[in-house]
Amino acid sequence: MSPTTRVEPGKRSEPAGAGFDAERVRADFPILSTTVHGKPLVFLDSAATTQKPRAVIERVDRYYRSENANIHRGVYALSETSTREYEEARHKVRAFLNARDEHEIVFVRGTTEGLNLIASCVGRSRIRRGDEVVISHMEHHSNIVPWQMICEERGAKLRVIPMNDRGELLLDEYEKLLGPKTRVVSVVHQSNALGTVNPVGEMCKLAREAGALFVIDGAQSAAHGPIDVQEIDCDFYVISSHKIYGPTGAGAVYGRRELLEELPPYQGGGDMIRTVTFEKTTYAPPPAKFEAGTPNIVGAIAMGTAIDYLAGVDRAAVARHEADLLRLATDAVSSLPGVRVIGAAREKSSVLSFVLGDVHPHDVGTILDQDGVAVRTGHHCAQPVMQFFGVPATVRASFAMYNTREDVDALVRSLERVIQIFS
Amino acid sequence: MSDLRELYQEVILDHNKSPRNFREMDDPSRTSEGVNPLCGDRIKVFVKLGEDGGIEDISFQGSGCAISKASASLMSSAVKGKSREEAEALFHRFQKLVTASLDALPDVEGLGKLAVFAGVREFPTRVKCAVLSWHALNAALRGDEQPVSTE
Repeated sequence: MSPTTRVEPGKRSEPAGAGFDAERVRADFPILSTTVHGKPLVFLDSAATTQKPRAVIERVDRYYRSENANIHRGVYALSETSTREYEEARHKVRAFLNARDEHEIVFVRGTTEGLNLIASCVGRSRIRRGDEVVISHMEHHSNIVPWQMICEERGAKLRVIPMNDRGELLLDEYEKLLGPKTRVVSVVHQSNALGTVNPVGEMCKLAREAGALFVIDGAQSAAHGPIDVQEIDCDFYVISSHKIYGPTGAGAVYGRRELLEELPPYQGGGDMIRTVTFEKTTYAPPPAKFEAGTPNIVGAIAMGTAIDYLAGVDRAAVARHEADLLRLATDAVSSLPGVRVIGAAREKSSVLSFVLGDVHPHDVGTILDQDGVAVRTGHHCAQPVMQFFGVPATVRASFAMYNTREDVDALVRSLERVIQIFS
Repeated sequence: MSDLRELYQEVILDHNKSPRNFREMDDPSRTSEGVNPLCGDRIKVFVKLGEDGGIEDISFQGSGCAISKASASLMSSAVKGKSREEAEALFHRFQKLVTASLDALPDVEGLGKLAVFAGVREFPTRVKCAVLSWHALNAALRGDEQPVSTE
């Protein structure tokens, strides 16, 4: 393993190999030079939320210091600035997802709200008694529960695409589930619990042939590779700002324009109307129709800054770097006694889920934390995945562009200590 | 390391590995389940009450981390043969122990082996693990059959 020196924030080292220099990226993230329990922070929980680069932090600060005003209302300069910046962020999200036009981008609080919006609006207008909604066995609770709720309300049936022991969806079984009753297929692009990357293009094509809408939970995938909604040809794609280096409480739904025009509104309130009388309200066109109330203005704006930040790095090189880290970590962690890796999909990215003998993941997490190593332990809001693999919880290390081989070394050293304590 | 050794003491590791009274009871007077929805820990406590209302026998089943399992095991040893009032008093003492301030030495007088849980004070996220089985016991003694949740 080649030793690399930690670079102090502000100082820049020359790029080393493969066209990507993680140390240089690290310098942009102030939190990565802090310590936990007196040890340098080793942040391996980016699948839960990513850390924020200085540009994003400063954008939030600048907005509140010099631009804060409500949007789409005031005729004064400050409100015009705020509105312009908010709408500019929409353009950035459009470009990030390669949507056709910015009317197809609805700002929401995050992927969870986005999926609830889709389930609610599609459910109320298109799902009837006896219809079917298809999801997969590896969904996050936020892509299970909203559909379960709407199916119960509408008298529809929820069907589940099974997976194999590697944590890959069974596409043959998926095809069999599709039929004339299928109204919606909603699947995760990349599993947060297993790291599996699903073939959404192929799955979308099959859903379309069956006449169903195709929805993608892109919470995990957006940070790890370019997304092209036109190439996938999906109807909806949902992302969270905080998983792509932006602030929490912001996210976006891409929705095909003709669908957004046809669907009923999500919530009622200010900003989503054209005219209101006590007899009748007419609605604004999309995306305003789906954005009732004052949104997280600075969240959307700084999400745009995070997208700018991503545009400034070589994303293909980032993907290679993260794949290297995953391979390295998988090899090193699997060679420890008693380790069982959960999820071995051939198409996998940035997530290493495992259990360590009969040591409970929470004990592992507490011990790792004492070494400054932050990992997620638990069911990862994917209890059906845990049930499938017969474990109550797993330890999950997840990687982002700012992680290094030294982080993997620290993880392995700390795991060796766990083994020592529990031997 | 010292903090960790304080949390994962030999007694705790031993009770995690070979928990005492770890079995289902055939004819319990009361049972109650403690659930920690955040981490999925589940501890079911079985209590057999004597004619005087005291805890004649106690056992538990379930899955959880080392702290919750060892705590259930040590609790079962500590309250067996005790009156209901004595068990409740121990529960309150135990709760105080694991949530006490770090500024003062913990009050472990009369707690016996339960004193090993003083180390949990340093780990606020793990307090719920330590008290899970005690909440279940408390519910069982009150005759509350609903699962108790730490949330």
